Amino acid sequence: MQDQLIIGDREITNRFFTGTGKHASNDIIPKLIDQSGIEVITVALRRLEVQVKEAGQNVADLNTLQENILNYIPERCLLLPNTSGARNAQEAVRIARLARACNYSNWIKIEVISDHKYLLPDNYETIKATEILAKEGFVVLPYISPDLMVAKALETAGAAAVMPLGAPIGTNQGLKMKALIRILIDEINLPVIVDAGIGRPSEAAEAMEMGAAAVLANTAVATARNPVMMAQAFSLAVQAGRLAYLAGLGETKLVAEASSPLTGFLRGCSKNPC
Amino acid sequence: MIAININGKKETLDEEISLLEFLNAKNIDLNAVVIEYNFEVIDRTSWQEIVLKAADNLEILHFVGGG
Repeated sequence: MQDQLIIGDREITNRFFTGTGKHASNDIIPKLIDQSGIEVITVALRRLEVQVKEAGQNVADLNTLQENILNYIPERCLLLPNTSGARNAQEAVRIARLARACNYSNWIKIEVISDHKYLLPDNYETIKATEILAKEGFVVLPYISPDLMVAKALETAGAAAVMPLGAPIGTNQGLKMKALIRILIDEINLPVIVDAGIGRPSEAAEAMEMGAAAVLANTAVATARNPVMMAQAFSLAVQAGRLAYLAGLGETKLVAEASSPLTGFLRGCSKNPC
Repeated sequence: MIAININGKKETLDEEISLLEFLNAKNIDLNAVVIEYNFEVIDRTSWQEIVLKAADNLEILHFVGGG
């Protein structure tokens, strides 16, 4: 069945997105990407640790070669850099431009956070950054606290999708924002990708059943005892949830309704009635 | 001596060198990094043309694991 998610100019088959953070070793990343058929994967941009030479020191090779995470990501994957570390729109725009120059791709997940305890996104600054970057031709996927008016503003600003959080980042609490995310799915004409806080495959399936376009989970995979197997579990759950959504869920009822016929019962002519 | 800022730290250069020579001297993986030179993102094709001068501000960044 053809059921691709189209964002920007890309057709995406696997609606489970994951990240490259918190893994014990980078070696695990290509394994979990390959075994689960992951297509969209996030990375962050940071300063390279460059050792500086002060006056009077010998000119020598002072820098150690650092691992390039891109070497662990198959080329077929769509790299989704985030703007983590940005505290306002201006910083997010700066990071996005650098990420594009580093990566030759114009996809960006906007993440603007100044709250260090709950890591909740700054929706206002996120809208401002989205407006600027969408005009510059970026495919903008903003990470937000689920709010209808904010999502509408992002749609107007040119976002390619919205990424509401299920729960605070890295908490594995699950789909705590379900009622608000459902409203976004109902009212917004953009793919709604549930990002952050999803701890279990069943929660990812639940998000997909109600019509989410995709789910992104990093911590739940990276901190599992077996991340490769957990990525597979998430991928299957997202697929199952998507199929259930397309199939159309049956109605929920308060009173029982028999699944078997209520006629033709074998009653009243038993040889040994008890 | 030429003093420049690199990733928020001071560095002194003994002589004028191009940005590309500087990166090579530091043994930096050229394919892995992106550079902001005096707060402008610069294309890698210009690394050779840029000659570092006093008070230049360099930011050298790369992708790392993130969610």
